[in-house]
Amino acid sequence: MELSEIIDILLLRDHTTRRVVICTILLGCAGGLMGGFLLLRKRSLLGDTLSHATLPGVGIAFMVSVSLGMEGKSLPVLLLGAAISGVLGCWLVLFIRNHSRIKDDAAMGIVLSVFFGAGVAVLALVQRMPEASAAGLKSFIYGKTASMVKSDFQLLMAVTGGVLLLSFMLFKEFRLLCFDEDFAAAQGWPVRWLDGLLLALVTLVTVAGLQAVGLILIIAFLMTPAAAARFWSDHLDRMLILSAGIGAFSGWLGASISALFPKMPAGAVIVLVAAVCFLCSMLFGQRRGVLVRLYQQACLQGDIGRQHLLRALYEIIEADAGHIAEIMPRPVLFRQVRGRRTWSDARLKRYVRRAYQDGLIQQPGGETITLTDAGLAEAAKVTRNHRLWEMYLIEYADVAASRVDRDADAVEHILGERMVATLEAKLLQVHAAGGPSVPASPHPIRTGD
Amino acid sequence: MSWYAMDTWIVVVAVLAAVACALPGNFLVLRRMSMMGDAISHAVLPGLAIAFLVTGARSSLTMFIAAAIVGVLTAVFTQWISKFGNVDRGASMGIVFTTLFALGLILIVQAADHVDLDPGCVLYGAIELTPLDVVWRPEWFGQSLEVPRAALVLGAVTLLNLLFVVIFFKELRIASFDPELATTIGINANLMHYLLMTLVAITTVAAFEAVGSIIVIAMLITPAATAHLLTDRLIVMVVISALIAMLSAILGHVSALIVPGWFGFAGTSTSGMMAVMSGLIFAAVLLFAPRYGILKFGALRRKRCKSAA
Repeated sequence: MELSEIIDILLLRDHTTRRVVICTILLGCAGGLMGGFLLLRKRSLLGDTLSHATLPGVGIAFMVSVSLGMEGKSLPVLLLGAAISGVLGCWLVLFIRNHSRIKDDAAMGIVLSVFFGAGVAVLALVQRMPEASAAGLKSFIYGKTASMVKSDFQLLMAVTGGVLLLSFMLFKEFRLLCFDEDFAAAQGWPVRWLDGLLLALVTLVTVAGLQAVGLILIIAFLMTPAAAARFWSDHLDRMLILSAGIGAFSGWLGASISALFPKMPAGAVIVLVAAVCFLCSMLFGQRRGVLVRLYQQACLQGDIGRQHLLRALYEIIEADAGHIAEIMPRPVLFRQVRGRRTWSDARLKRYVRRAYQDGLIQQPGGETITLTDAGLAEAAKVTRNHRLWEMYLIEYADVAASRVDRDADAVEHILGERMVATLEAKLLQVHAAGGPSVPASPHPIRTGD
Repeated sequence: MSWYAMDTWIVVVAVLAAVACALPGNFLVLRRMSMMGDAISHAVLPGLAIAFLVTGARSSLTMFIAAAIVGVLTAVFTQWISKFGNVDRGASMGIVFTTLFALGLILIVQAADHVDLDPGCVLYGAIELTPLDVVWRPEWFGQSLEVPRAALVLGAVTLLNLLFVVIFFKELRIASFDPELATTIGINANLMHYLLMTLVAITTVAAFEAVGSIIVIAMLITPAATAHLLTDRLIVMVVISALIAMLSAILGHVSALIVPGWFGFAGTSTSGMMAVMSGLIFAAVLLFAPRYGILKFGALRRKRCKSAA
């Protein structure tokens, strides 16, 4: 295969594949957008039910149109049947969920399988009908872009284009619906109608995708791009736009790959491309990706470790100094610090190295650790926070003095500036004396060795 | 309607498949993981395709093992994505099974030249053909029985599921209703979860050959949910669900023979009609169940008794 040929297909210059690629781009875009709304409303699996529930509609529409003497395989009629039975299925799920003790997962499973079973039974009948060939109906299950003719493409493009246009026009309303349904209702928006309209748009995307990608793979169009986009942004608009973008990208790349290589069904390749996008987003996503979260956790861990180190040093110095004025930076034995917490050698050394880089500790070396002046000030602040918390917990939360140390440990690191100020003010009222800048510990301090 | 020995075997296979599915289905419904059955039954496709590609033949055992492994992997991947990625459980399930399904579809199309595998068979099975595959001919009251392979396989799986439910009944009950309590009293709820998922995978794979994977979902969830509307006791629920599964299997085959005749057709798919019948039973119970039905007959009667007293 020539390079120019590949570029022609990717740039939509190739006439034989252009239609398919444009259709899948539109479909991916519309699916991604609608899927974003579904995901935010925690209704991802409704797309699953919806698409399975379309099957009996396809079969019945075929039988009805044949018995009325029409040509059975007219696409608009079949899609109309699919849409009606899909909406009926969704309505049944909501009905069962709202009116009985059956939870929505079971309701979806029941509707999905019973409708699909009915569809299989109807299709088995249709295939035995002598009048009409029903060969194309099976392509609704697995999808077959090759079986589409020009008018099918036009219909698909009109439907997805209409869905995109309508959802852009109603973007604000849908956003409100996803963000806060009760607030929208209180503001006087017709929430039920908006919800119904959203469902109708999802249904349109689903039935439009039936012939191109099949009723099982269209579920991925509605789920994967939206879930991938969720890793990148907490911002609703950006997430929805990104979701539509990922859908369109998967449609474009997937359909192009399928055109370039033999025996690659377009729907399946698009779903795999979307899955790769999802995997990358899950790892590298800017807002909620796994790596970002691991990094944030490591940072927090490091902060907590540094604070523990500083407090340990401060308390050792404090114990040896008779009076608060005698607390000065002095060398402290390494093993004495290690004994105060359950740290390994390596971990303590790591914390010491990092504290040195931040200028809190003098050049580490040998058996001792020495705070700098800045380090001592920081250590005093950390210790004061800890003691303030301890006092607060004893005073207001009735925590016993003997175990307050550990409770305070768990919360002190996330103490904000304002919270510290409030606590100080409150505690100074209680201990009206004013006293030293670092209050005394309310419990005996464990010694290191 | 004409009834042959073959029809008897179809009903036997259908009943066994339905009961085998209904038993673990109870715990899926109670643990609110019904859609897991849906996910696993779609996702076994690449397992089948890989087994075909590797062995190059339709060997049942490799197919069975590969599909069951992929089924369990579906549960594992779903758990991982929803845990590490912090993704909504339903969405992670959907992503995993559609991706695996797409992979399976591509593998099958790639292999279409040298192996004959119709993905349609996976979805709606070929229960009408199972009696033809006879593997065992025991003598019974002087008559020779022709036991099909599917009946043996599904009988074994039904037995396995029954044993599992009986042996681990206490653990399953606590893990279904209160996983935290289960953990505190020393039951590994996570292990129970994966055991259940393995069982669902094995059942799905065993049953799809006979009834197709979509109908597996109907039998996993619908009888159990129907039974859930009728009772509050777990053991009663399990028994009722098995009975309903049996009933829908029998009615399914009978109606597949009779109902199309009313419209001038010869007959339709048994597995499809099994799902429809279980749906009709569910609908009837949903309306008329004494206590939890929509019409609430039981509550009305109790109220009347109370006001009379």
